[in-house]
Amino acid sequence: MARTEAVQGWDTDFDVLDAGYIADPFSIWDKLRTTCPVAHTDRRGSTWLPTRYDDVVALAHDVEHFSSLEVGVIPFEGDEPDDPVLLYGLPPISADPPLHTWTRRLLLPWFSHNQVEGYEELTRQLCVGLIDGFLADGHADAASDYAQQIPARVIARILGVPTELADTFTGWVRDVLEFADDAERRARGVEGLLGFFIEQVEKRRTEPGDDLLSELLHTEVEGEPLEESVVLGMAALVLIAGVDTTWSAIGSSLWHLATHPEDRARLVAEPSLMPLAVEELLRAYSPVTMARMVAGDIEFEGCPMKAGDKVLMNFPAANRDPNAFEDADRVVLDRALNRHVAFGSGIHRCAGSNLARMELRIAVEEWLARIPEFHLADPAEVTWAGGQVRGPRILPVVFG
Amino acid sequence: MDPDKCQGHARCYALAPELFSVDDYGQSTVIGDGAVPEGLEDKARLAVANCPEYAIEEIAD
Repeated sequence: MARTEAVQGWDTDFDVLDAGYIADPFSIWDKLRTTCPVAHTDRRGSTWLPTRYDDVVALAHDVEHFSSLEVGVIPFEGDEPDDPVLLYGLPPISADPPLHTWTRRLLLPWFSHNQVEGYEELTRQLCVGLIDGFLADGHADAASDYAQQIPARVIARILGVPTELADTFTGWVRDVLEFADDAERRARGVEGLLGFFIEQVEKRRTEPGDDLLSELLHTEVEGEPLEESVVLGMAALVLIAGVDTTWSAIGSSLWHLATHPEDRARLVAEPSLMPLAVEELLRAYSPVTMARMVAGDIEFEGCPMKAGDKVLMNFPAANRDPNAFEDADRVVLDRALNRHVAFGSGIHRCAGSNLARMELRIAVEEWLARIPEFHLADPAEVTWAGGQVRGPRILPVVFG
Repeated sequence: MDPDKCQGHARCYALAPELFSVDDYGQSTVIGDGAVPEGLEDKARLAVANCPEYAIEEIAD
């Protein structure tokens, strides 16, 4: 996926789409942390890259100076039509208070611990069905045949749309996130996704169901129904945020277990480790790096940040900071002290974290229950997607 | 437990459901008066050590 010019130095010219960075960002972060803990680039606009835990957390908590109005770092050509359908972006992720506060409050109950428990059986059956489909073959692509198939179907159920559309959803979300620097693909993804939701909204105005979309359409805030722009933005967010991210976490976890037989054997022998192991895998392979926009000129850790600059919320690097985690680059399945920030920190903590954690746990549990022994078919075949969501996209494994 | 610091990560509830409850908005609270029953001290410490917001504090009695 080398679509970029060679990097001239990671401290002043970093590029999150660089093929080397996507393959192994860890060694780059380790070096930056000690030489230039807040790196900078002018690629795709002035952008900063913090790598230390304390800095990333401080930035996440300072919502006054670091706004969420822009959470992407790849500018979308032709992004600003006169009458945008998504007038408010994708609230609450791309909103500051007060819009953030009330839109988030509308979403949270759909992803509460209790609600998510209700999706556990569906997720388990889905995982079992997928494994049954390839178990006899003796091999599978753990990314595209398995990890990729799970989150989109669960999200479809929550949104109240047919689960057969899951592959279509996945295609749109990849166009929007993974191929964001390909203007044509990105436009196609945005168009497909919005067109779909506009149609679904119309349908639910007359035939409401007991799904998230229907409820948003019939919700009033301060006596007024929600604007359609807000409903569409929230629906698009649930889909975009819930697919690539969780799928990447499942894929990375299976990659780790395929390449670390001692951890795999331990987890098979001690399934009670799962709750801690899931958190540790999330720490070590955090998929998501959202951005913030600098609200006004400010100096942060000696860096002269200008209004409009982007700051990458490098939660994955924070989670590898040796000052915050002992043996930070090693996966310790029963790590006890683990204040990881894979789901962010502060008021924008991932609203779907309960769902993501459940899907990851069930996906790994069911895989190990049926396929306790597996390894990479050929390490050279594995490919990773990167940028703002990192995870394996081609991951062929052989069972036994 | 400091409710102003809690951001709903629910790590405490996931690790020690005997000691914490969590509402529909993710807000966690300590069950009862916060005294940790015998035998659950390790789980309580695990919850403290896993809160990304430093919202839970251990107080010795």
